[in-house]
Amino acid sequence: MTTAGSKQEKHEYLPDEQKQALRKAVRWQLFTIGYTICTIAVVALVMGNSQAMKTAWVEDMLSLLPQLAFLVSILVVRRKPTRRHPYGWHRAVGVGHLIAGVALLAVGGMLGFEAVSGLVKVEKATIGTLDLFGHTVWLGWLAIAVMVLIIIGPLIYGPAKLKLAPKLHNKILFADADMAQADWHTNAASIVGVLGIGLGLWWLDGAAATFIALGIMSDGVRNAMAALADLMDQRARTVDGKKPHPLAGEIVECARSADWVADAAVRVRDEGQVLHAEVFVKPKSDEVTLEQVGDLVDEIIEIDWKVHDVVVVPTGDLPDIADDGRRGG
Amino acid sequence: MNSLARWFTATLVAVAAITFLAGCGMRIPSDPGGTLTEVTGGTLRVGVSHTPGLIEATGDGIEGPLVATVESFAEEHDATVEWTVQSEEQLVGLLQQDEIDLAVGGFTEESPWTGMVGMSRSYSLPGTPPETKCVMLVQLGENEFLTALETFLDDEVKS
Repeated sequence: MTTAGSKQEKHEYLPDEQKQALRKAVRWQLFTIGYTICTIAVVALVMGNSQAMKTAWVEDMLSLLPQLAFLVSILVVRRKPTRRHPYGWHRAVGVGHLIAGVALLAVGGMLGFEAVSGLVKVEKATIGTLDLFGHTVWLGWLAIAVMVLIIIGPLIYGPAKLKLAPKLHNKILFADADMAQADWHTNAASIVGVLGIGLGLWWLDGAAATFIALGIMSDGVRNAMAALADLMDQRARTVDGKKPHPLAGEIVECARSADWVADAAVRVRDEGQVLHAEVFVKPKSDEVTLEQVGDLVDEIIEIDWKVHDVVVVPTGDLPDIADDGRRGG
Repeated sequence: MNSLARWFTATLVAVAAITFLAGCGMRIPSDPGGTLTEVTGGTLRVGVSHTPGLIEATGDGIEGPLVATVESFAEEHDATVEWTVQSEEQLVGLLQQDEIDLAVGGFTEESPWTGMVGMSRSYSLPGTPPETKCVMLVQLGENEFLTALETFLDDEVKS
């Protein structure tokens, strides 16, 4: 029997399934970082003067940002809330996500400008040869071969991470996986660019570079917007951001099912990996006991591990802006 | 694995496209400005930057170890060499205006002209002082000509 009107999990509590998913996600992230470092090194050797290859190379480096943001944020969110940081450190996820998004946008913009100005100034990419074990080989062939080979990586770790992201309700992981799945566009575009140079169609290189840069910029915008929406305390949404999070409805249902409650509504925000819920309940009579409120808090926090921080507020009128589970928006 | 299947299809399409292009007589790499085609059986227009020990203009014509290299490259493509002696900067301008095909002299990998002209790899050519490593300049993007030049220079260094 409790009488507390609010409850906050003392630390990051994860059920076994989530713990396992988190371990897997960390392993995949470390693998991705290792893989990407290798591709960065190899591409540096064969990129020549192709703008498309250079853009793809920078994109490889940038793709490390979400992984680093993920690893840093899961360490930071473990810290316990204090009086100075009463909501805990969960916002680290959003902050990391925003930084990654803005960096992608900025560098994508720079690369796009470089590619377009190269096209305007008719800068034809010069790609010579390489002395490979006594044979003179056009460097473009090697660049194409490398780009074909490194397409494989993201096709393996992209779907793997995409499966883990909803389990962990982690938006950085989701954005990262989403980017990895679209990564083959980059490789394909840089192959087109180099083949264009090979065929004497010099402008194909700049066009491919522009395409890649636009892709980086749109990744940046999507990441930054998603991070900003949560930092601005929008109503909690699913990890892919497509619809309002179903847990809000479940919380309202749970509150309504208490025999002393006439009606309920909730205000849920996404703190990064966990949710913070303020539950407004309209009691049937004017008399509410602390026990009734405390029991309801206990019940709500048990609904799901993501429901991390719950406050139950008995009130006469339900606030209009709160989610009563009946209206969209 | 839907995405792996897609990747596989994309690779197949790419391989098919390359084979098709090769079948059509498209050469990879080829020159956007057609330098190698114009040079073959015609004239190789060479700019010379006066560099004592490598190539220099004397009263009797052009002399130095690079002369033989350039001439045997021209010979390989049935071309006659037309020499132009200018300063480095002017040679770069001539390359940009398609007035010459090749510039030779004391250019090195540290040359500041990257981005304005194409550059060969760096070679210690036979007959030049042992520590000298020089690069040759070509027009921007003329990759077939550059590949032909580097293939020739690779053989030259080995012989």
